Amino acid sequence: MSKETELTSEDLSKQRQSFIRARKLSVSYLAYSMSTPALVLIMLVLIFPVLAVFGLSFTDWLFGAKHLNFIGIKNYAQMLGDRVFWKSLSNTLIYVGTVVPGSFIIGLVVAILIQSSTSLRGFYRAVYFLPVVASLLAMAIVWEILLHPTVGLLNLFLKNIGITGRDWLNESSTVLMALAGIGIWQMSGFSMVLFLSGLVGIPIELYEAAEIDGADSAWDRFRTVTWPMLGPVSLFVLVISAIRSSQVFDTVKVLTRGGPNKASEVLLHTMYTEGFAFMRSGYGSAITMVFLVFILGIALAQMKLLEKRTHY
Amino acid sequence: MSYVRKLSPLAVSVRHVLLMTGAAVMLIPFIWMVSLSLKPPQEIFTINPSLFPKVWYAWENYSLAFKAQPLLRYVLNGVIVTLTIFTVQVLVAVPCAYALAKLDFRGKGLLFSLVLFCLLIPPQVPAIPLYIAFWKLRILNSYAALILPFTISVLGIFLMRQFFKMVPDDLIDAARLDGMGEFTIVWRIMIPNAVPALVAFGIFSVIAHWNDFFWPLIAIQDHQFMTPPLGIMTFRNDEAGNEYGAIMAAAVVICLPLIMAFLLAQRRFIEGITFTGLKR
Repeated sequence: MSKETELTSEDLSKQRQSFIRARKLSVSYLAYSMSTPALVLIMLVLIFPVLAVFGLSFTDWLFGAKHLNFIGIKNYAQMLGDRVFWKSLSNTLIYVGTVVPGSFIIGLVVAILIQSSTSLRGFYRAVYFLPVVASLLAMAIVWEILLHPTVGLLNLFLKNIGITGRDWLNESSTVLMALAGIGIWQMSGFSMVLFLSGLVGIPIELYEAAEIDGADSAWDRFRTVTWPMLGPVSLFVLVISAIRSSQVFDTVKVLTRGGPNKASEVLLHTMYTEGFAFMRSGYGSAITMVFLVFILGIALAQMKLLEKRTHY
Repeated sequence: MSYVRKLSPLAVSVRHVLLMTGAAVMLIPFIWMVSLSLKPPQEIFTINPSLFPKVWYAWENYSLAFKAQPLLRYVLNGVIVTLTIFTVQVLVAVPCAYALAKLDFRGKGLLFSLVLFCLLIPPQVPAIPLYIAFWKLRILNSYAALILPFTISVLGIFLMRQFFKMVPDDLIDAARLDGMGEFTIVWRIMIPNAVPALVAFGIFSVIAHWNDFFWPLIAIQDHQFMTPPLGIMTFRNDEAGNEYGAIMAAAVVICLPLIMAFLLAQRRFIEGITFTGLKR
């Protein structure tokens, strides 16, 4: 009797194992069939093209040409000696360095002000977010007339208070800041909603505790509770706005084409000009690689900072 | 609920003054866009502008905007392209996200790392090789050229995977016992449970592709296939600034669909952006 049961249970476990094995196989089969379309597309439109950009950046290929030669790092060497490239890189850095802190501070202040009371909360949130939704290209054309030297609202307003305005988009000393201003206008709402979501997550008890500990003024509460609790969101806002502002292109292409005298030339616009206007696919690819490294660098810096943060 | 402290009357007014000033700056471009679209040229190029036109010129501007270029065509193209892109993105990303969240298979970790890596690739990086490939395939200047590069959304895979992970396994096992196949489980069980993530994904995708300018500028030459931003840029360049009223009218028309959608479903939009933003 006991032997029989043993046999049966052994049988059962064997059956079970083969069942499990079969199920595992069928699950893997299913999983592969479910993820294959995505994997194929990832390869076709992302991975292969990125590898192709890397490969092309070592060639002298002109779009449509019959022959191409491998020229090693000549494209990169040429880039390093090119005034336009350096101007473009430093303009991109200045642009990012202006738009990121600008939209960060405005987004943070607006979020805190909105959250500090319930009155008109929904209205303010919608208004500040509107520029994120609207087509930047269409709005750039509106900004063009707002910044017009004689009939633009900005200069008419400045004239009213006794300041002579500039030809913002056509003077090399002001053009980059004018574009950055449009960038801040467009990006602040994005930072604001991220900060709002961070503020909502701060437990009320922390503020109560801070008050008991004598944090009376609004500034004290900001310094002891809000700012430390917003740490992760702040880092995230910095990184995402740095990545997004590095991709500035629409306003440059429509309003200035990198001018005057390359004063508003930025990386993506240089890449577009070389790769698609001059059809220098090889050289354009080399600039694309620099752009990619630039973005990956920002992401890497975020990871490093996150690692540091978890230690304290 | 977040912390709201009773503000003093002074603080209340300071809050409104500051926020209203900022709100005015945010809104001026929109208000001015509409205002200019209603004005004749002499009221646009004046140093004494007014908010409302003295001579109403709306009909002339808007009819020129629709006559001088196929504006409706651009809007229609925008609708076709953004909806097709999002539909394909869902069909491709959702099963993959389900496999990554709920199934065990060899290579899963590798696939997920690949997705994470691809999240970091800016959309402009593959442009040159894709342009060359599409030229070889003779599909530049077509809907296919506008849609194909965006058929995969790694952000979509990532978002849906995060959300699917929160669906309890018991629910899936129960469905399996009822004899449901895995694909049926995805569309009947997972999708209805993941509506917020799907909405967020949709809003993000539609905003990005309705407003995308870089790729259409490269891939499209014919008015027949132009999307709204590309269309309005060509119109502006053709008019060389003479018909500013009509250009503003065109700008109003191409901004309107998304702004209307946003005002109608504000909460969803903001949640959507926050959701996609924070989950990255």
